[in-house]
Amino acid sequence: MSDPTLPATIDTRPRSLSGDAWDDLRHSKIFWVSSGLALLILLMAFFPTLFTSANPADCTLSRQYAGPSGGALFGFDYQGCDVFARTIHGAGNSLWVGLLATLLAGVIGLFFGMAAGYFGGAVDAILSRGIDIVLGIPFLLGAVVFSGRLSGAGDDGVTAVTLTLGLLTWTSAARVMRSSVVAAKGQDYVAAARMLGASPARLMFRHILPNAFAPFIVVMALLLGANIAAEATLSFLGVGLKGDAISWGVQIAEAQKHARVAPAPLIWPSTFLAATVLAFIMLGDAVRDAFDPKLR
Amino acid sequence: MFRYIVRRLLQMILTFFGATFVVFALMFANQDDPVQALAGEKPVSASLREALTERYHLDEGLLSQYWYYMSNLLTGDLGESISGREIGTLLEDSWPVTVRLSLMALVIAAALALGAGVWSAIRRGSVFDNGILAFTLLLLALPIVVLAPVAQWIFGMELGWFPATASRNASFYALLLPALVLATTVVATQLRVTRTSVAENLRADYVRTARAKGLAPRRVIWVHVLRNSLIPLVTLIGVDLGVLMSGALVTEGVFNIPGVGSKLAQGIRTEDGPMVVGFVSVLVIVFLVMNLVVDLLYAALDPRIRYE
Amino acid sequence: MTDIKAQLDVLPGLDPRAPLLQVNDLHVEFRTRDGVAKAVNGASFWLNPGETLAILGESGCGKSVTAQAIMGILETPPGHITRGEIRYRGVDLLKVREAERRRVRANRVAMIFQDALSALNPVYTVGFQLAELFRVHRGASRADAKSRAIELLDQVRIPAAKSRINDYPHQFSGGMRQRVMIAMALALDPEVLIADEPTTALDVTVQAQIMGLLAELQRQRNMGLILITHDMGVVADVADRISVMYAGRIVEEAPVYDIYARPAHPYTRALLESIPRLDLKGQQLTAIRGLPPALTAIPAGCAFHPRCGYAKEPCRQDPAPPAYAVAPRRTARCHFFREVLGE
Repeated sequence: MSDPTLPATIDTRPRSLSGDAWDDLRHSKIFWVSSGLALLILLMAFFPTLFTSANPADCTLSRQYAGPSGGALFGFDYQGCDVFARTIHGAGNSLWVGLLATLLAGVIGLFFGMAAGYFGGAVDAILSRGIDIVLGIPFLLGAVVFSGRLSGAGDDGVTAVTLTLGLLTWTSAARVMRSSVVAAKGQDYVAAARMLGASPARLMFRHILPNAFAPFIVVMALLLGANIAAEATLSFLGVGLKGDAISWGVQIAEAQKHARVAPAPLIWPSTFLAATVLAFIMLGDAVRDAFDPKLR
Repeated sequence: MFRYIVRRLLQMILTFFGATFVVFALMFANQDDPVQALAGEKPVSASLREALTERYHLDEGLLSQYWYYMSNLLTGDLGESISGREIGTLLEDSWPVTVRLSLMALVIAAALALGAGVWSAIRRGSVFDNGILAFTLLLLALPIVVLAPVAQWIFGMELGWFPATASRNASFYALLLPALVLATTVVATQLRVTRTSVAENLRADYVRTARAKGLAPRRVIWVHVLRNSLIPLVTLIGVDLGVLMSGALVTEGVFNIPGVGSKLAQGIRTEDGPMVVGFVSVLVIVFLVMNLVVDLLYAALDPRIRYE
Repeated sequence: MTDIKAQLDVLPGLDPRAPLLQVNDLHVEFRTRDGVAKAVNGASFWLNPGETLAILGESGCGKSVTAQAIMGILETPPGHITRGEIRYRGVDLLKVREAERRRVRANRVAMIFQDALSALNPVYTVGFQLAELFRVHRGASRADAKSRAIELLDQVRIPAAKSRINDYPHQFSGGMRQRVMIAMALALDPEVLIADEPTTALDVTVQAQIMGLLAELQRQRNMGLILITHDMGVVADVADRISVMYAGRIVEEAPVYDIYARPAHPYTRALLESIPRLDLKGQQLTAIRGLPPALTAIPAGCAFHPRCGYAKEPCRQDPAPPAYAVAPRRTARCHFFREVLGE
């Protein structure tokens, strides 16, 4: 708190919203904790061997429900697989599917949202009805049908799940993009730029997109968390990753049946999944708080 | 009001045909062998092949297929599952327990969201408020695939506070744990929306007027602020119905409740195409109709929309 | 109705012969993350029945905060009344319990806000919002409250009051909405009415109608009216006295004609010189140089000194200038008021 008796010193640096927001973020503990957690998980996903040298596919029935030993910190499951190794390696598929699906949703949403917001009129009407239709299908029900339809026999389901999630979750990104573009279009400075003869492309990239960027990033972070959870749910239901694919969802589905005898194979992938989702949601929250202080 | 209803109805009809067409097209269109797709990876007998082709008019064009599919659906004829059971009967058997479960979840969630959300908004920045925020964050981070099995294991098995499974005629008590689990899928968002909206409304000019009128704080909040804050919450409940349906798929499966969700999950597992299509189509219709109801409720709450 | 007023008279210490409203040395500050903003710094003024006092000042000078402090509807936190008294008929409202204070609001001291659209609750009918007052404060029945509400709308000359009672605020025009606000404020026959920029959001023609209505209702009921405004034009027609406010202090107080004829404070003078006048057509208007001070950093001494052409050394030092008696019933907080008056 500044001393009110002192004359106010005037900060002459230009202060922008993003500058202020970054300042807020740098002082936000939640931001650092969640980014740290997210980085750790990414590391685990792309370099699982840094964390465990055991082979997650190496399962021996004789080790069923065996307690922790050596590298197998969490013991062994029903099939006699190393729970720790499977949990670490599970991060890869979960993250990979989540990232790709979110990227796909982001690209579709960016494109449709921009088009709807910028052109308005008929384009907007058609795209908005399209969004309504996608939202008219409860997410998991759509995903169940979609994913079943997309996955071929004998494949591990990674492509099918990625496409399914991407094609069903772009609507929030599109809506945010659309409203940001509409809002920016109404601003006097954009009208001024247009009157000065700025081209549509210049208007879009120079004046409109920078304003839409922050809300878009927030939606992406939240969506990433949601998509990772959704992958687990689909795998749990048996329409996600299958066959030999290792994923937290598959693990949870398997362990749930035997939770009474052996809770560890249920608890660990659950914890990792929750921590991952938490990291991205917290990240999204922290960024939103920084950019939208009135909602705090 | 009339124009609003008409516009919403037209939009819903459009969405209805769009959504059912998407579901339909996914199941049948552009398949190398649509019969095989309906039956999953199982071998298909000649008689089954014939029955499925006839039922879904697979030898005709896509649009006429859709026409037959829709007219069957709208006349309540859902056909038979691969295992030869009437899908309509399956649905009839399973919906009451699902409706009870979902209603319980919705009431629990809405009550929690309203109570804690309003209190949180009034005491912004307090220990209670921060606790609630942390709690909702935790709930948001716990996907139902984690929460359902873990809650069943802890409260149903280890502690034994609740039955670990529930039957078709389950009592209120037996459904309480699954309903709580289901409620967690929507309560966090509802709570946050309530909190934000109450906090925003508390700063509105009309609240200052209400206080200047000498009204007690309780009346200012529960009469003036709440009615305004309910508007976004009601809109959210429309979306939440879809989330609840999704959640029921997992929750019912885990707790062995013979409702719509677990039947559908079973259909998915046994790769019973006709059953999945039938169930999903009906659920989509229910979802859209409920959303229309929510829209009308929204108009009842907000006169600015009613008189557009 | 009178017996209910009488019940309210149990307010301990209420003296019918005491001045209607007297504000003494009022201090209000806002404690925020970025520091303490001193919004009101020793405002004092009084109000008699049937009289109109205009509080005049630029935005952010503390006039609305003063009004909210009198009403007891300051947002606390961050707003805190740190010193002073607000005496209504001799009773210091700041020392009254909250439940009793609530009964003073609307019953004895009522307020009209600037933007009637946002000041009315959008989801309730105008009738509900009016009738609510009778139901809560008078325990009136539903039907009784409704007929009283219709009467009120008639009094503020809203046509077809009977049917409009069921309309929502957004269905009224700006002027009609402000009439609803006035009806709401007058519902319980208050003795003091505070109008915070009641016409700022309206068209000029509608402004005149609303001010006319206010003046008429005030005459009928012999109310004391505090008119808060930044518009010297509005003030000249209706006010009896003017208090000019700057940085949370009343810098000059005088009957309206005296102030227009001969301002005694440099700030008042500057304000007058910045309004366009027909008789001086073609001459350049003088704007006041500089900006009002930030409330977190009010200059020492006279708060106006950085912008003042008369300022000399004593103006820059604490304490701030006292309220000099310029003439009977006339004060100015300026060490050099004689120079300003041109004596």
